[in-house]
Amino acid sequence: MRATMWGAAALIVAAGAASAQTLNDVRSRGVLNCGVNTGLTGFAEPDAQGVWQGFDVDICRAVAAAVLNDPMAVNFVPTTGQTRFTALSSGEIDLLARNSTWTFSRDTELRLDFVAVNYYDGQGFLVPRALGVASAQELDGATICIQTGTTTELNLADFFRVNNISYEPVPIANDDEGQQQYLAGACDVYTTDASGLASVRATFENPDDHVILPEIISKEPLGPVVRHGDNEWADLVRWVFYAMVAAEELGITQDNVAEMASAPGDNPEINRLLGTEDEYGTMIGLDAQWAVRVIEAVGNYGESFERHIGEGSPIGLARGLNAQWTDGGLIYAPPFR
Amino acid sequence: MSDTHARTVAFSRDTMLPPVPPPVRETGAVRWLRENLLGGPLNVALTVLSLVAIWWALSGFLPWAWRGIWDASSLTECRARRDELYGPGVPAACWAIIAERWPQLVFGFYPQSGYWRPPVALAVFLVAVMPVLFPSLPRRMLWLLPPAPFVIYWLLWGGSLWGPATVAAGFALGWGVWLLARRGGAGAGLALAAGVAAAALWWWWIAGPLAGTLARGVPLALQPVLSKDMGGFTLSFVIGLSAIVLSLPLGVLLALARRSEMPIISTVAVVYIEIIRGVPLIVWLFTAQLLLNYFLPRGTNFDLMLRVIIMVTLFAAAYLAEVIRGGLAALPKGQFEAADALGLGYWQSMRLVVLPQALKISIPGIVNTFIGLFKDTTLVAFIGMFDPIGLTGSIRATTAWNGIYWEPYVFIAIVFFVVCYAMSRYSIWLERRLEREHRPAT
Repeated sequence: MRATMWGAAALIVAAGAASAQTLNDVRSRGVLNCGVNTGLTGFAEPDAQGVWQGFDVDICRAVAAAVLNDPMAVNFVPTTGQTRFTALSSGEIDLLARNSTWTFSRDTELRLDFVAVNYYDGQGFLVPRALGVASAQELDGATICIQTGTTTELNLADFFRVNNISYEPVPIANDDEGQQQYLAGACDVYTTDASGLASVRATFENPDDHVILPEIISKEPLGPVVRHGDNEWADLVRWVFYAMVAAEELGITQDNVAEMASAPGDNPEINRLLGTEDEYGTMIGLDAQWAVRVIEAVGNYGESFERHIGEGSPIGLARGLNAQWTDGGLIYAPPFR
Repeated sequence: MSDTHARTVAFSRDTMLPPVPPPVRETGAVRWLRENLLGGPLNVALTVLSLVAIWWALSGFLPWAWRGIWDASSLTECRARRDELYGPGVPAACWAIIAERWPQLVFGFYPQSGYWRPPVALAVFLVAVMPVLFPSLPRRMLWLLPPAPFVIYWLLWGGSLWGPATVAAGFALGWGVWLLARRGGAGAGLALAAGVAAAALWWWWIAGPLAGTLARGVPLALQPVLSKDMGGFTLSFVIGLSAIVLSLPLGVLLALARRSEMPIISTVAVVYIEIIRGVPLIVWLFTAQLLLNYFLPRGTNFDLMLRVIIMVTLFAAAYLAEVIRGGLAALPKGQFEAADALGLGYWQSMRLVVLPQALKISIPGIVNTFIGLFKDTTLVAFIGMFDPIGLTGSIRATTAWNGIYWEPYVFIAIVFFVVCYAMSRYSIWLERRLEREHRPAT
């Protein structure tokens, strides 16, 4: 018992000691240790050559491009749902970009800092069209495949309690098992994050036989996470991400960024972002060209989205909540001023 | 006497009848079938049931596997090709995923130009352990054993050959000093201390600079590969074989310690074995991956694969210790006493009399533990290492192959079966070879 307490004390001390060191650590190491999913379609996946691709992976590459001037200088550490936060707080990784939901307890009790939201997700339902269900309200008595130990499991219980209807859970361990169980008819309904449902449905032999119900029953803001206590590093990661967002809003793309950065233009905000005016890079410990490198490496937010999970990709997610605020979405970068 | 007898018999045949072939139902396949499959109503029923079960399993699997599509670049393409060949909805495997991704399942993210290295390392390992496994081979081949780990390390992780070579030279130096000291009449403890000191001094002062100088002069180097780039069966084999090799001596020592009459030694062994055995392997793996980081100084990067190998070794050693203790317990007390009566010391009696017999008794249990250990290496998928099972998940994450399940699992199952079956066959062969009790004296 006492040993456990000492262990916990050591843990807290270790987490506290993780002060403004990360940027220097990364620089002297010459490589960014970035925690990613072991494999999630569109978000993080190693290709046949072992090169990591994906929407979350782009965050790692962007930070590496800004700090180390090389988007490939990333050591990807595959993490599972159980190991991800410990890997971060123990210092094994500098940054976690692994579709992790920003919640109260993770932000406070686990001593993590969610620096931004790069994907607004929400829990949805996938049902066979033959079931003839048009709304989640009609799912009374349904058997539902649900991943145990996740926020989705708790959301589901909340939703059915609020609507005063019953369901029968079929516990599963991971997405793969869920797809198989659902296709084998072990459950009427499969529920997980809507982005996951869309990519799962896209792999079915007859996607049109299945529908995603219109209700989204939870808020799942997914974003990059850093350790609590190193504010400089948190600022850096946050503004690298916002540079991608602002670039989309300001019409800066992978193709035109070099040209726009070659000389100061008419728009002072673009000039400040691309380092042709003022010295914004030095405020986060970088040089003036940092944002140019980010956009050259991974493109702006919209380009990264489109490449990996957008309507042009096999997953085919609509922008929805993840559109720019000017298009009615929630993606909104604070001003570069 | 013979006359009287001759008269009592009316006819006596003096030629042999030609042999008649045995009845059909008593020979060959028919007899075998009748005796083994159709002997009585219960056996008939069981045979029919088994045939139905086999048919039911294979009639689904074989056509599916046989129709398999081998050339496609994605699951969608596989399905299109299948529709074209057999019509929509016909079950057909999509082996194209194996054709495209087998290097990844075998080597993980090992650099492609180095794909020859893991198989060569495996071959070196097999050749080196051959004289241990097959006593009929010349004893001189045992000399291959000591350098093998260094060569294998160099092949797998790459870098300069001189690093592992100078480390190996340290061992050789320590051994040489020990031998000289013993010849010169030094006591066992003093000789050991001298040997260890010589090796330590060599590693501390000479090995590093010497390796550097040699590397500059004769750069015998392979492209360095990080542990995290090893995956698939390369990872399973590295973890599994290292743990198997390391856990056997540790298990023997633990078994002897547990039976020791010295209370501290036996208590330590009992506590160790019970704690390790009382906690699931997956917990030890999580400990290796997560907890150790908190207690190591910040910035130290203690290789994850090494941590896992250590944990798996410690885990398997506890089980092996109990298996070997069973072998020791089965040995008649007379054997121990006979060894004592011959005037042998503790280690001599263990080495020459007790252990050879105890280990022979334990062979099935030891191999059983090894097979279990090898299969347990797939548990590392849960701590984010890319063993074959972990890789199927990340291969499935690519949009091309999302939604494919059975084909990679079938491939992995076949490879594991081949390896485990080979181990099992070897153990049976070894048991037969070492059979002493019922062999006629020669």
